[in-house]
Amino acid sequence: MQDAVTTITVTGAPGRSAGGDERWRMVARNIFPFVVVGTIWEIVAWAGVFPHRLFPTLEEVALSFVQLTIAGILPHHAIETVIRLLTGFTLAAVFGVTIGVLMGRSRRAEDIFLPLVSIGAPIPGLAYAPLFLLWFGLGNISAVLLVGFVAAFPIIFNSWTGVKAVKEIWVRSAQSMGADDRRMFRHVILPGALPYILTGLRLGLAQAWRILVAIEMLAAVPWGLGWMIFGAREFLNTDVMMAGIAVIGIIGLTLEKLVFQKIEHYTVVRWGMITA
Amino acid sequence: MTDQGQRARSLIRAAITLTAAAAVYEALARSGYFAPALLPTIPLIARALYASLADGSMLEHAAFTLYRVMFGFGLSMVVGIPLGILMARFRPVENFFLPLVSALMPIPSFALVPLFMLWFGIGNTTTVLIVFYAATFPMLFNTWSGVRSVNPLWLRAAGAMGADEQSLFWKVIIPGASPFIITGMRQAFLRAWIAVVGAEMIAASDWGLGWVIFDAKEFLNTDIMLAALVVIGAIGYLFERLVFGSLERATVQRWGMTRAAKG
Repeated sequence: MQDAVTTITVTGAPGRSAGGDERWRMVARNIFPFVVVGTIWEIVAWAGVFPHRLFPTLEEVALSFVQLTIAGILPHHAIETVIRLLTGFTLAAVFGVTIGVLMGRSRRAEDIFLPLVSIGAPIPGLAYAPLFLLWFGLGNISAVLLVGFVAAFPIIFNSWTGVKAVKEIWVRSAQSMGADDRRMFRHVILPGALPYILTGLRLGLAQAWRILVAIEMLAAVPWGLGWMIFGAREFLNTDVMMAGIAVIGIIGLTLEKLVFQKIEHYTVVRWGMITA
Repeated sequence: MTDQGQRARSLIRAAITLTAAAAVYEALARSGYFAPALLPTIPLIARALYASLADGSMLEHAAFTLYRVMFGFGLSMVVGIPLGILMARFRPVENFFLPLVSALMPIPSFALVPLFMLWFGIGNTTTVLIVFYAATFPMLFNTWSGVRSVNPLWLRAAGAMGADEQSLFWKVIIPGASPFIITGMRQAFLRAWIAVVGAEMIAASDWGLGWVIFDAKEFLNTDIMLAALVVIGAIGYLFERLVFGSLERATVQRWGMTRAAKG
């Protein structure tokens, strides 16, 4: 996957040499800091300032990364984690957007939910973790439910704000043009609130991702990157831990860059709600 | 309906909602359908909260947690604000640090807990460093975008009136960027607060609110867990409303800058 991308850039570059130069300089500029940090890391690791087991060289980390990937262990962990993330996040998105939109549309729903949500939100999600573990047992159900529960708060808040922030004049002009409730909701309220809802989903996903790694460590799920890192600690496998952290970083970056920026681009920006 | 009447009605409804929720919970807890050890009644939770506050143990745990949060949060300000300003003012600094920061940011702080446990052992150092890691990024990013978004007109106006570098920095750039910096502090504290609870659970030391909750799980002391949850929520709420709210009023709003950046 990574290779394919690089090849495309390489073959694509010579066509426009001026632009290619610029691009190469960009790439070099972005890589340079990593080279510096990597070199410092290597020097420290080779110098033996810290015990070798605790501070492996980058080659060892890369090696265990490759070995674990080939053996299928790393992909298995990663897939389980991503499935858990998506399940929890879907739960949060469905309930969060529904509750948030209801709160924005109906005064009664707002009065009912707002106190509950305001009390639940300031408590850090992980503080609920032991409670969930007791109620739902160790394993998947607790992890997914906790992720969903924690991710729901930013989604609720942002959907609520978004619906309230829809311009009064749009609502009134749609009404005067004879839109019924359904059309009003589909064609005015929903698109109008969408930038906020998307922000909420984005924050919710980020929240879910942070919590998931920790809950995997606590809930003793059979597979999962958080669990892999935590388990590797027992055996002082620092290289495995660092490989796991790298995968977590890659997944986090991919979620942000590929999923949300794309969605935003295709919906909100295209409708002209915000400039790209 | 007047504004005040509106607010009174909301308050009454909020009270009704909370009472109803409490009643439902109490009914569930007393129904005997769930094990009482897992679902303690509200009076039991209140008693646990009162007892742990009265003998000072909960306060001591809270003091440990607060110490870790403040230490890590303070470190993140010491590093994040100057670095953010440097990144915004000097191109080479930005070119060097921005790729690094973007690569580290998507790694959740909890992923580093096991690694830090190996490196720094169990206890304060690990927790403080995790808090520091979690809080630095919002601090850094908000400072960076705050300094970059200072109105260039103000800079030129100050320059035309003969401001030197130093007064330009203290009188124009810092106040101009302050709404963003305060937003950054707010977000950073929120992150720090989340991180400290998690780090205390995973890197279990002997003290701290996160540890209380996790330890109570071992003995099925659900009432103590819920009492600690109340304390955690209360402290978080207090900081968010009182500390950062009044900080904002004392600086940004007094200087007449609207809250340009509310994360």
